Amino acid sequence: MNVDPKRWVARHVAALPKSGIRDFFELVAKMKGQDVISLGVGEPDFVTPWHVREAAIYALERGKTYYTSNLGMIELRRAISTYVGEHFNIGYRPEDQVLVTVGVSEAIDLALRALCNPGDKVMYHQPCYVSYHPSISLVHAEAVEVPTYAKDNFSLTAESLRAAWQPGCKILMLNLPCNPTGGTCSLEQLEKIAEFCREKDLLVLSDEIYSELTFDGVHTSIATLPGMAERTIFLHGFSKAFAMTGWRIGYACGPAVLIDAMMKVHQYTMLCASIVAQEAALEALLRGWDSVCKMRDQYHRRRDLVVRRFNEIGLTCHSPRGSFYAFPSVKPLGLTESEFAVGLLEKEKVAVVPGTAFGVNGTGHVRACFATSYEQLITACDRMERFVNQARKT
Amino acid sequence: MNPVLNLLLEGGSLTTAQMAQVAGMSVAEVEQHLEQLKKDNIFLGWRPVLDLSREAAAAAAVRAVIEVRVTPERGGGFSRLASRLAKFDEIESCYLMSGAYDLLVFVNGTSLQKVAGFVSEKLSTLDGVLSTSTHFMLRAYKEGGFLIEQNETEGHRLTVTP
Repeated sequence: MNVDPKRWVARHVAALPKSGIRDFFELVAKMKGQDVISLGVGEPDFVTPWHVREAAIYALERGKTYYTSNLGMIELRRAISTYVGEHFNIGYRPEDQVLVTVGVSEAIDLALRALCNPGDKVMYHQPCYVSYHPSISLVHAEAVEVPTYAKDNFSLTAESLRAAWQPGCKILMLNLPCNPTGGTCSLEQLEKIAEFCREKDLLVLSDEIYSELTFDGVHTSIATLPGMAERTIFLHGFSKAFAMTGWRIGYACGPAVLIDAMMKVHQYTMLCASIVAQEAALEALLRGWDSVCKMRDQYHRRRDLVVRRFNEIGLTCHSPRGSFYAFPSVKPLGLTESEFAVGLLEKEKVAVVPGTAFGVNGTGHVRACFATSYEQLITACDRMERFVNQARKT
Repeated sequence: MNPVLNLLLEGGSLTTAQMAQVAGMSVAEVEQHLEQLKKDNIFLGWRPVLDLSREAAAAAAVRAVIEVRVTPERGGGFSRLASRLAKFDEIESCYLMSGAYDLLVFVNGTSLQKVAGFVSEKLSTLDGVLSTSTHFMLRAYKEGGFLIEQNETEGHRLTVTP
């Protein structure tokens, strides 16, 4: 009997598209050993600060190898509550309004699983982080895209939100500053978005993982706006600002009833986040702020460098207010984003990610991550200039 | 703040051409900023950071840290004697300290005898020096912000990630 294992894969999983990032990763992987400068990563180039790593090692030496409370260690939840209070001006009770998760990714999954009935509609702005759409599909909910545009520097506007809204929409996912565009919202826009959420009774899942990496002005969480704390789940973590991607540690804060619902799913599927990562996260919150500021200031200078160079060489690029991504347009060259990315990789050995990997509005753009040393960025920009000049001639 | 000073504070590993790129100015402008910082006595100069335990760098292989107790002078405090000390070529750094002694002095030399000779014949015989306590350095683990053994596993990031 011919047994095709495919028939065992669930329909909604089989229907998930392959990540565009994955395709490109495989292409880059083929060029191993060829002096490729990668601007294709989505993580800091800094290693986790030593005091954080050392705290984790010490935790292991003391035999901290057991489960923690499902919600996460109470000391860590207290530190999270204090940190979110001080840096975002939102008050959450450590006892029942904070849940420690395995990165923001798990927090998003938990929220969607805990809150969505099959067929519920979830809005998200695109281009966006690659996992939003699949996460919605995995809970049998329906994704409703809200486009953002280059002319607005990829800021989400209340107008596009209203235009995309349809009956049955229950949740709005926000990612500000945004991966891959670096887009943020002005306070005025954010207030309009909040007003719209109240009007349509939307719950907000606010993924603020890049908030510490805001270079111009201050970051405002939508949860601080009037009437929003009770309809917002604030999602945050340590990966970007504290350079802790591989630790997989994050958290969700919100109304106790919603956190409790998420905790139910978490306790049966994950039990708890790794205790070593929790110990490291605690150390990061207690003593890591200086390192965050140092890294942020470097990203700021790197942003200014790449944005200036991209515009100089003819790749129109807005200056992202936050995150460590530039999202230049390659349209002036008459190339598609994939032709540009593949050509640049093959001819000049610089990897950037085609914008369409993040959504249809990324057409004509590429994502270039500037979490790389000055020296590498300078060389990468020089190589891109050569590629652009060559492409113009042909 | 001076943009070039910002880059120097980050560790100063960039060339002036690279600094110019990062700060978005010409090389001449970077040099002007450096000149200004020198004039203002903020930027004192460049120095290489070497692993002095390597044979090739053995010219300054013997290093000692010396705690010096001195008598402060009326009118001059510790400064007159400290600046007198600091002028010796053998002395690499010299600091006024709080605590059990007054000055902490870092001395470099080509041999143990030379460093010992400098301490016993020059340093401790100066007027105002009450006592010295010399500690020879045995091994460096970190030098000027650089780890001697590069055991960091950097460069292990995947090339493309979401």
